[in-house]
Amino acid sequence: MTLDSLLRRAEDLYRDLRFTAVHEWKRRTGGLAVGFLPVYVPRELLHAMGVLPVGVMGAGDDLEIIRGDAYYQSYICHLPRSVIELGLNGALDCLDGMLFPATCDVIRNLSGMWMMQFPGKYSHYLDVPQDFAPDIGGAFYRHELEQIAEALTARGARPLTAAALRASIAAYNTHRELVEGLYTLRQQQPWLVPTGELYLLLRAGCVLPVEEHTAMLREYRAAVAAAADRRPMDQARVLLTGSFCEQPPLGLIKTLERSGCYIVDDDFVQVHRWIRGAVRADGDDPLGDLALAYLRQGMPSAIRYIDDGKKGQDLVDRVEHSGAEGVIFCAPSFCDPALLDQPMATAAVERAGIPWTAFKYAENTGQFQVIREQAGTFADSIKLWSE
Amino acid sequence: MSNPVVAASAAAAAKDKSQERQKAMIADHFHKLAMAPDLGQKCAYTFVPGNLTELLGSFGVLPVLPEINALQSGMRGKSRDYIGLAEKLGHSEDVCTYVKCDIGMLKSGNVGPTGERLPKPDLLLLSYTGCFTFLKWFELLAQEYDCPCVMLHVPYQGDGVITDSMRRYVVDQLRKKVIPALERISGRAYDEDLLKRQLALSAKAEDDLVWVLESGKRRPSPIDAYFGGVYYIGPIFTAFRGTQEAIDYYQELRGEIEDRIRQGKGPIIPDGELQEEKYRVVVEGPPNWTSFRQFWQMFTDEGAVVVASTYTKVGGVYDNGFRHDPSRPLESLADYCMGCYTNLNLPTRVAMLAKYVKEYSADGFLINSVKSCNSFSAGQLMILREVEQRTGRPGGFIESDLVDPRYFSASNIKNRLESYFQMIAQKRAGGS
Repeated sequence: MTLDSLLRRAEDLYRDLRFTAVHEWKRRTGGLAVGFLPVYVPRELLHAMGVLPVGVMGAGDDLEIIRGDAYYQSYICHLPRSVIELGLNGALDCLDGMLFPATCDVIRNLSGMWMMQFPGKYSHYLDVPQDFAPDIGGAFYRHELEQIAEALTARGARPLTAAALRASIAAYNTHRELVEGLYTLRQQQPWLVPTGELYLLLRAGCVLPVEEHTAMLREYRAAVAAAADRRPMDQARVLLTGSFCEQPPLGLIKTLERSGCYIVDDDFVQVHRWIRGAVRADGDDPLGDLALAYLRQGMPSAIRYIDDGKKGQDLVDRVEHSGAEGVIFCAPSFCDPALLDQPMATAAVERAGIPWTAFKYAENTGQFQVIREQAGTFADSIKLWSE
Repeated sequence: MSNPVVAASAAAAAKDKSQERQKAMIADHFHKLAMAPDLGQKCAYTFVPGNLTELLGSFGVLPVLPEINALQSGMRGKSRDYIGLAEKLGHSEDVCTYVKCDIGMLKSGNVGPTGERLPKPDLLLLSYTGCFTFLKWFELLAQEYDCPCVMLHVPYQGDGVITDSMRRYVVDQLRKKVIPALERISGRAYDEDLLKRQLALSAKAEDDLVWVLESGKRRPSPIDAYFGGVYYIGPIFTAFRGTQEAIDYYQELRGEIEDRIRQGKGPIIPDGELQEEKYRVVVEGPPNWTSFRQFWQMFTDEGAVVVASTYTKVGGVYDNGFRHDPSRPLESLADYCMGCYTNLNLPTRVAMLAKYVKEYSADGFLINSVKSCNSFSAGQLMILREVEQRTGRPGGFIESDLVDPRYFSASNIKNRLESYFQMIAQKRAGGS
């Protein structure tokens, strides 16, 4: 597949709000498909049971919200409106269930709304631990995972076995390594991996089975390595943070790049990167290993209680690691986790002498001129004034 | 023109004894907090939902409750400036105003609602119960204070039940994290017998609180279970659960309400007492604090009584039979935390509201949707439709905020309330 056709395929998957790829997978395999909201669910568990995990990241700017707005007041973020809209217009009929991870109170409450709106479907609030001791939070989380496995088995999924889970962990380890590899390549040569493209690839991974998506990532990597026409430009290197739940529209990402920024690190579709490094795939207790990875390898995040270390230090470390010259705080309007975190994060980057700017968006933001001017000015200021 | 449904008299406008007692108790607590640094008394900042007052008390640690400070600041007209200051410091206009009010108060010298300075915390006890913002709030406070922060993660009742695994998780955190932290700051060893004695006292006060709140089932209701209710829950939701003072307060309150029932009286309201109960409503959501009295007046002007509310369950749901149980102290504290109202899933909240509408013979129910609180507010429009369907009673929806006066539009809210009560009157008269 050529680079162009691969990217076309990724964009088609991104824009397909009827989830055709999921329908096809179900027809092909007869398996269950279970949706999940941002930010993180352990997809290895579902995969090991023959279930397709499907990331439901909202509808972006491609869907007119008609009924979804009747479910939410004006001061609540946009993501749940489009998720409700997708549920009500039948787009999510291909899903046999939904997982609502403990991201914030809006997603938490959406889990109960889903139960009432779609009583026949499996719906579960995945309460991830905020205590990171293996014998306390780990034991609780393990039980959560066992409950999910039981419920899915009761609905026709393959019973969970240690061997299958080990294989799934291995498959996702490979996937994680490839995603991380592309992030590293983008840090080193951002002109080779434009964020608009990387983002489409990450989104494709929300609807494709991991094996297929892993192959897609490999193909992309090979194609961009061979793309002789991609040349460096004089752009400012920025780290973009705050967009871990409701995703920005693709147009916004492209606008930032066009305004003179190389995005060298970001929070997009974090489910692919939440676990840092490989999960142990050869242990006697793979479920325990998966739980332990959540406790010990989960990325610092606004949705995760930071029980030691300094708030914002991870962001400063990421700036250093990625070679970013500035930080753009790019959070969805009314996003409690991102916006409550922001004063602590900005304080940390200021202490470190890192320039930053901030703006908000909604997934259906359609006007980018102001953002383009702001980001362009920020990039110029970095180029002109940074030492 | 005087309002026909309200009788204002010097005698009636005078506060009940219990209200005077409640006010004195709260003031005394704030005074103790102000004196704490001089007396070497340890203080823990913590939250109302999932508070561990008996456990803190067993270590001699005083609770400081930032939500209470924020709402008091709202009632005393100070929140606007505090919020403005926090926003100037970079806090988003989109987020919880309790947090911004607290940060603004802290940056303005941390003077509490009674005019005395609040102590710095010796411990931040992050009881993460039913509200994600709590987690961020104490991360923010942890940047300001040089003291330990201990997390108690209380699992959400996503499936509408408390499982053994959830209970074990909370108890393990209490045993291995919270209690050792309290031992360290207080210098005292954990005394389970003392905790049990305090829990036994809690249960007694809880019995009377439930009796008081359920008196709203009577016609006329002798209480207003929302505006009046916030005074009733004051002692038990703040610093007095597990004390003899709480038992004495609730006994006195109960006695006063028994008197009102004997005399066939309606509730005490700001201007006196309500003479004619025209409408009985259930209310979901917290009140607005910056215009609390004006908001209440909008109800009493229409002869509306709130016979039951969910806000009075935010620091503990007791009318479902739960009581603190000294025979299983830590398990009981765990069940208490997990049972707080905002820790219940939406189907449970809908069922609870529908039950209130029916059991309290309400004409309808109102949702006061506050901008600041996604824990309450996200999903309330669906709650509205579901409760209407299940009860056949009309629902009303108004919007305001907790402590940001910019979001209290008196004329809009009054218009909505008037229209709502007119609709109920028309329905009664046989209109569609």
